[in-house]
Amino acid sequence: MQTELIEEVRRQATICNACRYCEGYCSVFPALHAERAFADGTITQLANLCHNCRGCYYACQYTAPHEFDLNLPKALAEVRRDSWEAYTWPAPLARRFHTQGGAIALALVAGFALLFWAIRALGSAGGNGFYAVLSHNAMVAIFLPSFLLPLVSLAISLRRYWRAVGGSMLQISDVKVALTRTARMTDLATGHGEGCNFEDEDRFTQARRHMHQAVMWGFLLCFAATSVGTVLHYVFDAPAPYPFWSLPKLLGVSGGLLLTLGCGGMIALKLRADRQLGDVAAWGGEIGFIALLGFVGLSGLLLYWLGATLLMPALLAIHLGAVLSFFLLTPYTKMAHGFYRLAALLRDAQRKR
Amino acid sequence: MNDFDIAVIGGGNAALCAAMVAARAGARVLILETAPQPYRGGNSRHTRNFRCMHAGPLGPLTDTYDEEEYLADLLKVTGGKTDENLARLAIRTSEECLPWMEGHGVRFQPSLSGTLSLGRTNAFFMGGGKSLVNAYYRTAQALGVTALYEAHVTHLELNGNRIEWVDYTHLGQSHRITPKAVIVASGGFQADTEWLTRAWGPAAQNFLIRGTPYNRGVVLADLLDQGIDSVGDPTQCHAVAIDGRAPKFDGGIVTRLDCVPFSIVVNKNAERFYDEGEDVWPKRYAIWGRLVAAQPDQVGYAIIDAKARELFMPSVFPPLQADTLEGLAELMELPPAQLRATVEAFNAACGDTSGFHPTELDGVATSGIEPAKTNWARPISDPPFFGYSLRTGVTFTYLGLKVDARAQCSAQGNKIENLWAAGETMAGSILGQGYLAGFGMTIGTVFGRIAGQEAADYAN
Ligand SMILES: Cc1cc2nc3c(=O)[nH]c(=O)nc-3n(C[C@H](O)[C@H](O)[C@H](O)COP(=O)(O)OP(=O)(O)OC[C@H]3O[C@@H](n4cnc5c(N)ncnc54)[C@H](O)[C@@H]3O)c2cc1C
Ligand code: SF4
Ligand code: SF4
Repeated sequence: MQTELIEEVRRQATICNACRYCEGYCSVFPALHAERAFADGTITQLANLCHNCRGCYYACQYTAPHEFDLNLPKALAEVRRDSWEAYTWPAPLARRFHTQGGAIALALVAGFALLFWAIRALGSAGGNGFYAVLSHNAMVAIFLPSFLLPLVSLAISLRRYWRAVGGSMLQISDVKVALTRTARMTDLATGHGEGCNFEDEDRFTQARRHMHQAVMWGFLLCFAATSVGTVLHYVFDAPAPYPFWSLPKLLGVSGGLLLTLGCGGMIALKLRADRQLGDVAAWGGEIGFIALLGFVGLSGLLLYWLGATLLMPALLAIHLGAVLSFFLLTPYTKMAHGFYRLAALLRDAQRKR
Repeated sequence: MNDFDIAVIGGGNAALCAAMVAARAGARVLILETAPQPYRGGNSRHTRNFRCMHAGPLGPLTDTYDEEEYLADLLKVTGGKTDENLARLAIRTSEECLPWMEGHGVRFQPSLSGTLSLGRTNAFFMGGGKSLVNAYYRTAQALGVTALYEAHVTHLELNGNRIEWVDYTHLGQSHRITPKAVIVASGGFQADTEWLTRAWGPAAQNFLIRGTPYNRGVVLADLLDQGIDSVGDPTQCHAVAIDGRAPKFDGGIVTRLDCVPFSIVVNKNAERFYDEGEDVWPKRYAIWGRLVAAQPDQVGYAIIDAKARELFMPSVFPPLQADTLEGLAELMELPPAQLRATVEAFNAACGDTSGFHPTELDGVATSGIEPAKTNWARPISDPPFFGYSLRTGVTFTYLGLKVDARAQCSAQGNKIENLWAAGETMAGSILGQGYLAGFGMTIGTVFGRIAGQEAADYAN
């Protein structure tokens, strides 16, 4: 990892440790105040506990022009991304996609191309609905590896992270604590429950938390839709297409709406927020990723809406292409933050037990 | 700029409380704050809590803290130099301030780690004083208050028993406004080193100012020159011992050093000069500012050994460190032989240390040495040795405007009909000397609200 970035957090953390005014904002500060000197692993862990709500920046009496020049949200964001780049396997991919929206766009185009090619080359084996365009087996052949490969990568990456932050054997209680905190996004509410200082300087609002909830639940609903479809297909021998009043469709459409709205909202908030309080270098990569995720949702909705028209085959290729790039990029884009953050919360639960 | 009923001078806690109350009462309020926006909020931006009476658990506060106990705590630190009526008014009103503050955007948090002893008496602001100030500016703006930054007030024209106009400069231009009423909430004069030096003596040049560089007493001097009644000892200031490497201004809370009780403190000649273990640190924090101010070059050096390293809150600057006393002396520019002699004499005077207890008066004392160390006296013997330099850090000055229970100013005992004062600039009316943690914000909130209401009543 980059020593200057870690050193900068260490410098600022030493100031915070003598101050402690922000203790109630989030889980970073209690973890910080538990130390007297900061090992590199501790700093990585602190960085992954921070969710860039910026409460501690606007509250800080030492921000520039003060000579102490505190900007903890930014310093932590930089170490956070650096830790993802360092621990992700293979690292060069992470370095490319975390910072470069353009690279994400290219990957998306590649995804489209692959799907168009697959439809042409493999085509249908005489199925219904979407399967009339691309057979179920062809879809599985493409998507199973592109789902499993990222999981392998994430597993390797998280193991490296866990070692770096000094994690020990997990207990059930750690998992319970961490999952509850994730589900409620407790930290995104800040200590007093009124949200982040994100899009309008020091005003506390829930906008970011709500948008983030929409994205997360939207994504999970879409994921559930696909999973239910898979179960219906293999276990109940009930292949797609499904009517509107079916579990896969209901989950998928509501998830798609939430995902699209959430990602749109997130981008709008990010455009209004002060970039200097985050990882400036990764801004493009983050926007690119959110746009990609939102596009997955949007193209899915369009596909549902126009699925009975002549546009369907093209839309199918576009949607599946987006899904494909999204899956493959998961370990190397902002999507990975969810996994690292969960690991950080697990580690934090261990610290406190 | 002449459409305002009330001009509030200053942009800290007292000013904001006054402005919000006056605006709520229907007045058109202008805040004139000399600092640029990033530094708005004076010393208030450095605070962490306020002291609050309460009859039962209240917000973050546990248990009860009643008027008599609060007053007794105050009288202890002021040695009785307190205006009891005003003090009781502040104490009693503090209880309703807490919900009022919440209603105006302030959020509280449990007392900070390392300050558990204050959990019953002091309510901590989540994010500290700057977040309080931010919340108040937002609320004030929503109430229609106009805040002008970099608006430096230079003169209030007193004519008979009225303030006729207010002069200020803004972006290099001079302005004159004629509000119906004026509230002064512009703090003390500690940031004016020249004035401090006149009052205290040349030693004051070496003092550090813990808070804002903008409280230079310009308005205070202007009003005192025109015969407005003053209160408080003009030669005195509240000062503590802070890390000698702190910046000249605005170092704030992080420059605090808590190591003294576990150390020996020497002057630049490497001689001890006071009982480092006289009492628990929060109670002795304040006297060390004066003790250090009385030493040559106004500097002290606290020296600890490896045993004591983890016994106190970490501080912002790492200590100097060496494996030998001579090595440390060199780093700290102290005479090495003398430092060794002082430490050896101290160590020889230490007795049985088995009763050592870092958080209570343990009676582990030296014998046969001057000055004695009466608690926590353990030999300085385990390398590595650590050293911190200490300097005098001024919190605020005592000289201020004399006000009555309605926060109104006077000249030769006659009320000025449209002039009120709140906060540090009138705190001398209550606190003759000493200081009680969290009472500054209580005074500012209570008297700011009173001043705002009175001024609005007058202006309407
Ligand atoms: C490091 C530190 C920590 C502290 N911690 C606490 C604490 O935890 N609890 C507590 O109760 N007290 C604390 N205090 C004391 C506390 O800060 C003060 O009692 C309180 O802030 C006073 O509020 P105020 O509004 O009167 O003054 P300030 O907040 O200092 O505001 C004065 C304002 O007047 C402005 N001003 C000055 N001159 C002019 C001019 N000529 N024209 C226009 N504007 C002018 C200044 O820019 C400033 O905005 C602390 C002080 C320091 C230095
Ligand atoms: S961010 Fe600033 S105010 Fe908050 S704990 Fe750190 S130094 Fe203190
Ligand atoms: S930005 Fe928010 S989450 Fe991150 S350290 Fe500051 S207060 Fe905590």
